[in-house]
Amino acid sequence: MSKHITRITPNQPVYEDYDPQEDLITLNLGPTHPATHGVFQNVLQVDGERIVSGVSTIGYIHRAFEKIAEHRPFYQITPLTDRLNYCSSPINNMGWHMTVEKLLDIEIPKRVQYMRVIVMELARIADHIICNGILGVDTGAFSGFLYVLQEREFIYEIYEEICGARLTTNIGRIGGFERDFNDVAWEKIREFLKRFPPVLKEFEELFVRNRIFIERTSGVASVTAEEALSYSWTGPILRACGIDYDVRVQEPYSGYEDFDFDIPVGTTGDVYDRFMVRNEEMWQSLRIIEQALEKIDKIPTQEFYADVPDFYLPPKEQVYTNMEALIYHFKIVMGEWDAPKKEVYHAVEGANGELGFYLIHEGGRSPYRLHFRRPSFINYQMYAPMSRGMMISDAIINMSSLNVIAGELDA
Amino acid sequence: MDKIDINKVGAKLEEVFADKVQIQGEPQGILQLQVDKKYIIELLGFLKNDPELKFIFLTDITAVHYPDFEEDQQMCVVYHIHSLENNIRVRIKVFINGDNPTIDSATVLWNGANWMERETFDFFGVKFLGHPDLRRILNIDELNVHPMRKEYPLEDPNRVDKKDFYFGR
Repeated sequence: MSKHITRITPNQPVYEDYDPQEDLITLNLGPTHPATHGVFQNVLQVDGERIVSGVSTIGYIHRAFEKIAEHRPFYQITPLTDRLNYCSSPINNMGWHMTVEKLLDIEIPKRVQYMRVIVMELARIADHIICNGILGVDTGAFSGFLYVLQEREFIYEIYEEICGARLTTNIGRIGGFERDFNDVAWEKIREFLKRFPPVLKEFEELFVRNRIFIERTSGVASVTAEEALSYSWTGPILRACGIDYDVRVQEPYSGYEDFDFDIPVGTTGDVYDRFMVRNEEMWQSLRIIEQALEKIDKIPTQEFYADVPDFYLPPKEQVYTNMEALIYHFKIVMGEWDAPKKEVYHAVEGANGELGFYLIHEGGRSPYRLHFRRPSFINYQMYAPMSRGMMISDAIINMSSLNVIAGELDA
Repeated sequence: MDKIDINKVGAKLEEVFADKVQIQGEPQGILQLQVDKKYIIELLGFLKNDPELKFIFLTDITAVHYPDFEEDQQMCVVYHIHSLENNIRVRIKVFINGDNPTIDSATVLWNGANWMERETFDFFGVKFLGHPDLRRILNIDELNVHPMRKEYPLEDPNRVDKKDFYFGR
């Protein structure tokens, strides 16, 4: 044991026969650990508190979504997408609907597009609330998390009004929404715009200039733009490195081109920058929702779905009274669609990066192949290499700031 | 610098690669290319490093299994790459042998290709030559099949009540 006492730093062995490898401890971080927020396992070699190397093991909750999707009609794939990034499932749902609409060449009315934008931006706020709140918890500040989580609850109430579900929302349908937003939903969205800004401001006040928080996060896990691009990072963590790539701007979908909003970027790509980028994105999301409400008010019609009877389920009353509606209902439920044989890649800006759907349709009721480009999966692969040389406590907050969701990681 | 057009990419590829690369149009705004597996790294490297094209971003690598195709065409490896500055996406398809699929690894160009290729190997059995760590990633190590291949049906093959036949399909 005297070796340990006389040794000054890990890299300067006192004895000639000293082998640094001997002193390393293998530490199993995960798969279930309160600090990892999900099923993540990293087998680390640690020297004291410093990580020498690490290997990520993933796949603990792999549910074979891509295989299941090859055997399901299109509308039954929506619930699968819920379970990818379950912190912002409406974005996944909308992304999938838009992919199928791209395949079928369906034109979506502007009002529906703006309604989708509202839901997607609410989901983005809910996701960022979790990520930034948890980041605060991991640095030792619990109170901020409690303030903002109440607002996430409110967003979930809005989901409930729109679709009846809270977490795995299965929101909307191919071609639009299953029903119009009711009055309570509109009212709650407006109320959210009023009540959320002061809370977010308070949250920012707790963290942004907080010395402890800054010292804990600033300069930790800094990533250069080149590294981030080489690892195919997308989303807020890429923007924190200074690259202004956002699918909403680059390839606008669902009417994002009509909105006026900014894309926040960071400079150093460290944990603090990622936190700040997410915070600013929440402000921008609020701006977008506000504009969307204005735009919807100006649209005289009340339509909430595109006029595509071949693909959009008719209202239930009509199914019981109208022969045509019954036929369509039956055909859609049985998956008897005439979809063109095409390949489609559609990307949406998920809460943690570019969520892509690569769909190949060769006729029949289900896709020939469906591949999800899952941002968590691709963002997470840099985690083990970048943890080298870090303290374990830094590696923990680095993981929170990547916002990796286990469901999306493992598909 | 001015953004370049999607047609320019095609023209430039034709100039450099001549008939090694087949350009298959641009469905939904994505330029689709097909190339022999011998040239895939050369093509990806050219697209990435060309000072004008700048396809610096690897969006995705995946594969598709076509058991009904000719013997040497049964596995299709699909690359999506993206030129962020010019905002052009390119999809590259490489058809390779289905029973013993091998292709050069793109990890020499992008670090991010590592897990994408591991996933493709895990689910389709595509062996990426030169990959630093080609192990299974989502499935257990003891699995002896590559489950996304079409010869493995999802459900119990002995089950008869769900056959398409009974629904007139």
